[in-house]
Amino acid sequence: MIKHLRSAADLDAGTATLILDTAAEMAALAGREVKKLPTLRGRTVVNLFYEDSTRTRISFEAAAKRLSADVINFSAKGSSVSKGESLKDTALTLQAMGADAVVIRHPASGAPHRLASWVDGSVVNAGDGTHEHPTQALLDAYTMRSRLGRIDGLNVAIVGDVLHSRVARSNVLLLTTLGAKVTLVGPPTLIPVDIAAALSPGTEPSRGGKPKENRTGVSYDLDSVLAGTDVVMMLRVQTERMQDSYFPSAREYSRRYGLDVPRMRKLPEHAIVMHPGPMNRGMEIAPEVADSSRSTIVEQVANGVSARMAVLYLLLGGKA
Amino acid sequence: MTSSYLIKGVSVLGGDRTDLLIRDGVVADGGGTADETIDADGLVALPGLVDLHTHLREPGREDAETVETGSRAAALGGYTAVFAMANTSPVADTAGVVEQVWRLGREAGLVDVLPIGAVTVGLAGRQLAELGAMATSAAGVRIFSDDGHCVADPRLMRRALEYVKAFDGIIAQHAEEPRLTEGAQMHEGEVSTRLGLTGWPAVAEEAIIARDVLLAEHVGSRLHVCHVSTAGSVEVLRHAKARGVRVTAEVTPHHLLLTDELAASYDPVFKVNPPLRTASDVTALREALVEGVIDIVATDHAPHAVEDKECEWAYARPGMVGLETALPVVLSVLGEQWELIAERMSRAPARIAGLAGHGTDLSAGTPANLTLVDPSARRVVDPAGLASRSRNTPYAGTTLPGRIVATFLRGEPTVLDGKAVK
Repeated sequence: MIKHLRSAADLDAGTATLILDTAAEMAALAGREVKKLPTLRGRTVVNLFYEDSTRTRISFEAAAKRLSADVINFSAKGSSVSKGESLKDTALTLQAMGADAVVIRHPASGAPHRLASWVDGSVVNAGDGTHEHPTQALLDAYTMRSRLGRIDGLNVAIVGDVLHSRVARSNVLLLTTLGAKVTLVGPPTLIPVDIAAALSPGTEPSRGGKPKENRTGVSYDLDSVLAGTDVVMMLRVQTERMQDSYFPSAREYSRRYGLDVPRMRKLPEHAIVMHPGPMNRGMEIAPEVADSSRSTIVEQVANGVSARMAVLYLLLGGKA
Repeated sequence: MTSSYLIKGVSVLGGDRTDLLIRDGVVADGGGTADETIDADGLVALPGLVDLHTHLREPGREDAETVETGSRAAALGGYTAVFAMANTSPVADTAGVVEQVWRLGREAGLVDVLPIGAVTVGLAGRQLAELGAMATSAAGVRIFSDDGHCVADPRLMRRALEYVKAFDGIIAQHAEEPRLTEGAQMHEGEVSTRLGLTGWPAVAEEAIIARDVLLAEHVGSRLHVCHVSTAGSVEVLRHAKARGVRVTAEVTPHHLLLTDELAASYDPVFKVNPPLRTASDVTALREALVEGVIDIVATDHAPHAVEDKECEWAYARPGMVGLETALPVVLSVLGEQWELIAERMSRAPARIAGLAGHGTDLSAGTPANLTLVDPSARRVVDPAGLASRSRNTPYAGTTLPGRIVATFLRGEPTVLDGKAVK
């Protein structure tokens, strides 16, 4: 098993599938009266959050507690961090306290990589800057597999502010590793340069997986991709982006790239609609779509706990 | 203090073995005896290197570097003159500050330290600093730069280019259109996309160089372009030089060797401004340096304290130390083309700066500013072994060719047996 989960690129197809299978077992636990496993008793998991993200922190906290780990929540607010302590000093402190795993959310891309060089325990990336959010990708993949029965061969459209999205990067890496084809859709201003090449590195098949080339595409026209799409994942688009001229107005963005009911009808019958949350209803997604039977948005939250339990379980030596 | 040295069996610029006599600060005629003899068998003599782009950090950040420690690093790198950038604290934007740096350089006495003056007050890009006062100060400033910041306002840049003509000054531009690099962390391309780091697009450099060469042509002034980093910039410079624009340009050793792939570690030791570019940029820069489209190698030696590098990539300061590794890096890139190396690292920079007594041939009567290199030696770069006060070298653990054995400043050794004499 790998030691850290800093990027979805840390996962080959075999490992990713193992995590998803383990998550399914963890999900079964949620139906029981006693939702707890003794697996991580005596182990310490630190949630080190430099950004407010109540939903992600709670999800990790629930995951660790259901595995009987001791959980320490270390929030940047009200701690020495706000007094200017460096990440390295914080890391050494956590190291001295014997943290077995550190779950880190940080506004700077690559902070989990730096942290991993300073602590002995496992590092789990819970979202770093505009880089990655690998457990979100795992819970998304888990949700797709639950709804559609497979990932291999699916056509997935990820729509919106790909440039600033850590969710998009992790999903492209994980889903293509697992055999899906991903099309990134948005205005050209919000699609980062060379993304198809950047996230399909090399032609070497990852262990147990298929070659990755040509699995990532780009489109600027949402309407043209919907008919052939099994999964459409809408990304949150911050309205502040229009002040930076990424697009002219929220209305224009919504008209061109928002998922409304007429667009939803273009999707195949079985297709599902996903969103990592929090949503801007009426901006990137219409309320009728968000609340439709195709929407998996609430399931994604529930699946988040199972996926994170699986990650902690496997990283911390539940040698499956 | 000995006053004469006989350097025996040295190869001047790779030529046949000969003896070089140094007496009373100058290269002396013919053979003869000396107070001290240096066995230079297998060593190559170069005119002392001249660095047009050094950050010595004093005044203000003496924890990262001082004029003295930076001078020592320079001497150990084979340099006899360095130009100290103006982004100190306080900024070198007055005669007082440039004279202070100049005086500290004289006191250290290891290399000639020539201060560069700021173009604008406080490097703020709004109002010209007292360029004339700095030019007529004891420091005799001729090069002006807001390095670290671009003189982005086109009208202000025009005025600066024009104004310094009165005292044969030159504006050294840090070419970076600030609106295109807001929040930028690394070269914009495939790697920045993968790493989720905000991109610094090549066009932000190329657009400013294109504008500035046209401005320099329009007002008939000299322009020097700092740390050229992209293939596109090379094309703009080639075009300008063909038109007869009086533009010169520098490239750093790190842009000749390293690429943006190194950012994948998120280790800020590889964070620098302008950022490391792609392999095809590196190739274009090497070709331009050989061809002369790029005139010189300048280090952009940028020492930083440990806490400014041992942190998240986005929070780290950009910059790398380079004085002690510049010649080895250039040797590894160009090979033993001594004539070319002397031109790009000594003569041309001295000429651009109008610096007398440096970058001269080692003929009788010229000031004995020179360095002796052992080209057959190999060295593994050890950050702890650097003379610079800072440790932010990107070459830790890298094996580089060439060892600087001795350096002479006006006939007196600053380095002997690879060690600084003081």
